[in-house]
Amino acid sequence: MMASPKSQSIDAGGWQRGGAQAVRRRLVERFVSLLCNLATVIVLFVLFSILWTLVTRGAGGLSLPTFLHSTAAPGSGGGLANAIIGSCEQTGLAALIGTPIGMMAGIYLSEFAQDGRIVSLVRFVSDMLLSVPSILVGLFIYLIFVEPAGHFSGMAGTLALAVLFIPIVVRTTEDMLRLVPRAMREAAYALGAPGWRVILNVCLRSARGGIMTGILLALARISGETAPLLFTSLGNLNWSTSLNAPMASLPVTIYQYAGSAYDDWVQMAWTGALLITVAVLATNILARWWLTRNGSAQQ
Amino acid sequence: MMELPSTITPGDGAAMDRSARGRLGDLVFGMIARLAGWFILLVMAGIVIVLVSGGWRAFSTFGPGFFTSTAWNPISNHFGAATSIFGTLVTTLIALVFAVPFAFGVAFWLVEMAPPALARFIETAVQLLAAVPSIIFGMWGFFIVVPFMAHYIEPTVTRYLGHVPGIGLLFRGAPYGTGLLSGGLILAIMITPFICSVMTDVFVSIPAVLKESAFGLGATRWEVMRQVVLPWSRQAVMGGIMLGTGRALGETMAVTFVIGNSNRMGWSLFAPGNTIASLIALEFPESAAGSLKLSVLLALGAILMIISFITLACSRIFLQRGTAN
Repeated sequence: MMASPKSQSIDAGGWQRGGAQAVRRRLVERFVSLLCNLATVIVLFVLFSILWTLVTRGAGGLSLPTFLHSTAAPGSGGGLANAIIGSCEQTGLAALIGTPIGMMAGIYLSEFAQDGRIVSLVRFVSDMLLSVPSILVGLFIYLIFVEPAGHFSGMAGTLALAVLFIPIVVRTTEDMLRLVPRAMREAAYALGAPGWRVILNVCLRSARGGIMTGILLALARISGETAPLLFTSLGNLNWSTSLNAPMASLPVTIYQYAGSAYDDWVQMAWTGALLITVAVLATNILARWWLTRNGSAQQ
Repeated sequence: MMELPSTITPGDGAAMDRSARGRLGDLVFGMIARLAGWFILLVMAGIVIVLVSGGWRAFSTFGPGFFTSTAWNPISNHFGAATSIFGTLVTTLIALVFAVPFAFGVAFWLVEMAPPALARFIETAVQLLAAVPSIIFGMWGFFIVVPFMAHYIEPTVTRYLGHVPGIGLLFRGAPYGTGLLSGGLILAIMITPFICSVMTDVFVSIPAVLKESAFGLGATRWEVMRQVVLPWSRQAVMGGIMLGTGRALGETMAVTFVIGNSNRMGWSLFAPGNTIASLIALEFPESAAGSLKLSVLLALGAILMIISFITLACSRIFLQRGTAN
């Protein structure tokens, strides 16, 4: 880097000769550096403050009953088991639904450029969907699924999460397929492979590390979503794994508990928050590590 | 797909058979891929149609007055969108005022000042901040930031700025801790990593020769940033900021915890307020299916959708133009 402290000290002699203007320039430079350092420190401080708060307040509730018992009335020693299962079930199913659709749409965007305008339109809309406020997705699923069915259900929650999941997979699949060298496709075509086998067996295979990373990141993202579940799976205080009934989930349980007036519920909310944050951050770190490892292996 | 002569392999009968099967495979595969692409269009169209048609009753009942009315009375069925639109815009604006300088500072530090080993670590930490679920920000805000605001920040600011003519109006009122300012601050923390990572990417991608020639003329790092890097990357930086704006507009859980949830509109930034998203999250469970109130919430959802689509479309255009040059 040219801006290393060493090179700076070399031309520092040059500035000092210039008199008042050089002094001013140097002061401005120092001041801006100070502000940038300060900004970085503050942002890191916020991250560590959040983690510290979660650990100190949440760790107290980490016990076996928390993982074994379902949520219960305040004071009766409930756990989070149903919320954890509900979260896993809805997130996992949403990923199962979303992955094939998202990957096929990603393939469509990267490999079917001959469709012209409509490909750009799909890409644009998929990008929009990527950042659409998640609460609107909740409203949408409520209106097309919950209201006709007449009741809240785990399936509705799953669908809402899948809608959020798909655009992330579309984006990663497309980006990763674009990284596949042209020569590789041409080699496969030259061997007489039909287009779909080239895409599936050559392109997708060589991009699978990146796509897996994207799917992991997408999983992490939807597992923390609360807003789309409020109007779809609603939450359930009892043990239930049925997709046809209201289903508990960690984020919704945290939301209900954190706003309550009972100390043990608030404690459970912190524990749930700690669990979900650890899971999400660990997934993120794992995915990034995977990407750097696979990325370097490919070259 | 690419047209390939099917006579590449010498064995005729078997090859013909295989290439026919390949063509059928291509046909089916292409159909599935197109269906997946169209499915995305369908979902988006569905969201738009469902929200607009669901909110139609509210729009037709209240007319254009819906946008300017501050009413919120479920008993007499009088509803207006002005307060929550106001709250959404104000909190987003506060978020930007805080997030943009911080994101810029961190990006500048990462690109120009950080030792490489540390930079990678800090960059990961910033990205992890972006991955923290929004409800965690809400809880942290509610239990940590709100008391801090109520006890320290708000009384202090009121003491020193509350009497200044003009802007003093913004900083008066009881220090509840919850309010537009707290909501904006939490949003700022949430969108800083997004804006920062776009800025970092853009600053890194500037051709080295541009920066080197400026450094060679004796410019300081700040002068290079201000006179070379920023003008060159202006559009992509704007795109990143718009992306963050889009996030802030639609954020629900974090804001619901700290904004105070009151349907009032005033000058004070300390006063509790609401945003479109927080209002929907709170009022939805209390609105019966088919009621006017539900229609009002859907209409608000449609308004939020339009606001955030405009922002996101701008962001995309800026980012595309910014990365094209």
